[in-house]
Amino acid sequence: MINTIKILRHQGKQFIPDLRKVKAPGIFRGRPDIGPEVCDEKALAEICPTGAIMISPVRIDLGKCAFCGECSRIFPEKIKFTTDYRLATNIRERLIVTEGRIEPLTLGMDVIRKEIRKFFRGSLKLRQVSAGGDNSCELELNACGNVNFDMGRFGIEFVASPRHADGIVITGPVSKNMASALQITYDATPTPKIIILAGTDAISGGIFEGSPALDRSFIDKNHIDLYIPGNPVHPLTFINGVLDLIGIK
Amino acid sequence: MNFLTIHNQQSVPFYDIPEMTYREFLDGNSSFIEGDRDRHCVLYFGIKEDVYLRLICCIADDSTHNINISSTSVKLDAILDSFSATNLAFEKFEREIHENFGIAYIDHPWLKPVRYPVNGFDKSAKMSEYPFFNIEGEELHEVGVGPVHAGIIEPGHFRFICNGEQILHLEIQLGYQHRGVEQLFLNKTKLLQRTILAESIAGDSVIGHTTAFSYLFESLGGIAVGREVLIARTIAQELERIAIHTGDLSAICTDVAYQLGSSVFGRLRTPIINFFQEWCGNRLAKGMIRVGYNPYPLTAELIKRLNEVLNAFEPDFSEMGLEISKLPSILSRFERTGMLANEQLASIGTVGMSARMNAVERDIRVSHPYGVFSELDHEPIIKHHGDVYSRVRIRREEVIQSIAYIRRMIAMISEESASYIPSFKLRSNMFSISLTEGWRGEICHAAITGDNGDLIHYKIKDPSFHNWLALALSVRNNEISDFPVSNKSFDLSYCGHDL
Repeated sequence: MINTIKILRHQGKQFIPDLRKVKAPGIFRGRPDIGPEVCDEKALAEICPTGAIMISPVRIDLGKCAFCGECSRIFPEKIKFTTDYRLATNIRERLIVTEGRIEPLTLGMDVIRKEIRKFFRGSLKLRQVSAGGDNSCELELNACGNVNFDMGRFGIEFVASPRHADGIVITGPVSKNMASALQITYDATPTPKIIILAGTDAISGGIFEGSPALDRSFIDKNHIDLYIPGNPVHPLTFINGVLDLIGIK
Repeated sequence: MNFLTIHNQQSVPFYDIPEMTYREFLDGNSSFIEGDRDRHCVLYFGIKEDVYLRLICCIADDSTHNINISSTSVKLDAILDSFSATNLAFEKFEREIHENFGIAYIDHPWLKPVRYPVNGFDKSAKMSEYPFFNIEGEELHEVGVGPVHAGIIEPGHFRFICNGEQILHLEIQLGYQHRGVEQLFLNKTKLLQRTILAESIAGDSVIGHTTAFSYLFESLGGIAVGREVLIARTIAQELERIAIHTGDLSAICTDVAYQLGSSVFGRLRTPIINFFQEWCGNRLAKGMIRVGYNPYPLTAELIKRLNEVLNAFEPDFSEMGLEISKLPSILSRFERTGMLANEQLASIGTVGMSARMNAVERDIRVSHPYGVFSELDHEPIIKHHGDVYSRVRIRREEVIQSIAYIRRMIAMISEESASYIPSFKLRSNMFSISLTEGWRGEICHAAITGDNGDLIHYKIKDPSFHNWLALALSVRNNEISDFPVSNKSFDLSYCGHDL
């Protein structure tokens, strides 16, 4: 008992008090700023391993970006990754960051379904489905609930069964071999229910795009309520995205 | 027996690999391994050549630090005697060859699907029709779990046959995570695309897989990286070990409902992975390892931060580690749970910490050293009980050992060398194999290049490929309620296995 108290004391305070404003440590690669400088745009687009860079004007699709930072290493004047971790949105097109427009990513308020804020604002239970995920997004989603990030303080939790859930969080590019299990999990979730895509692989297939081992028909045919980019998605990106969706300030 | 003998991460002309009849190949390799614990098969795979299948077998010899390579060609419709009939460590390799190419084995004891690959031989094979082992009996019942599990983890299906609460048999069906990674290595031709792929093989072993890939490509390209890069990569490898081991200790405590251990180890992982973010911009070190150079040199400022992080981490980690070894309620769940005997581990080819938990010494850092491991005089941590507690103690001691290694490596850094990217092209018609010791165990990447230096074959083996069978065997005669803690104490990779 005395040992337990000693150990507890030694940990100090580990939780992050303000998850909305805390600064991400180090050189976190968050929302990119694309400057107005003139550069060899073709060479720039050619660098990108996932085809996320489009040209004239230069745009980066965060739904495809692997956040490897290579474009910014070779064209440091043109592209700078900021530490802004608030990358989530509910409109797919808003994930495309355009040159010269420096503005944070936001959700489209009129696109949020009415029942989401009505039912889930005080309590949101999520069922996670890894469909070809590489376990990096899964580790970070687990971290959302640890003592540092403590997402549970907002009533947001991952639950063991889709029957207990208000929605599903999908990670991974959706492998063919997981396609039917994903559909069954979704069908087992009671309505109203939401779908969140966590990580670049889930949003676009990422580096796996074009693999014949994928089956992304579930993503294509269902309404997606939230896109959360990242490789893997950072806990702060995930938590802030979900808070914005359910309307907690 | 005629072998081509190479070192870890050495490249040789593909046509230098000796080719022999299947009988010579089978008998030669079998007798080479037979009775010698230092020799084990690190890779056995096939490549299609017209109507033939070229089979290549790589046997690592831990005492001589060599890898012995041999090959044979068989017709695609061949019916063969199996290695597995006499050496169980080959069972997964031969199942993979059977699944990919349709090679039939007359005496394979367990010729079942591995991962239902998209380019498999039998296009009609369905995941829903996996041929599970079953036992008839009124007292017995089956428990099916997954593919979607209760926690935030990857998918796999576990089928238990139980007598009451007691597990008689567990069979694990995998393949749900199959993304076609090996084929993508050939399809995506840019070096950076392949590097991102290597980072995505298993997101908890980013350093392990990406360094294996990088050393392989550097070898095939005939370039050598500077000492600063070797030191940085080796430090990163040990940091990854610390981070994931600590996270696993947290999860193991969760599975025996020990809240304090779960929270403390969970929060102790945070500063380590946050240091990765300070170092390279990503908590799981994606973006750090690049072929031919180090994009994020360890600056004096970063080294100072790393020392601070480790100095703060170590006493809290040791204190918590000591506490769990003193609590009877914890020990009663850890000790004699999920046990495997030394002979079983050795016979099925277990690798890494899962092998070291019961006196099977498998550690690439000492047997086939790379990076700067040869300068560390690494001594593997070996335990002798093969239970959950052995796996917990290995993690505790390896974390402390890795901290000491990192401190020594920091002292080795003489100066910040300028980071430059060498020009780089793969040499044609070469074969190379690269082994690294990830936190789970040996990671193996191998590649073959064609006439104009393009990749014509890429092969990946995660340690989980062997170790899933160890988990299935370890839970026999356990209560089914002990399965979660056994499973977590192995913490095997689904995506690394399914590829």
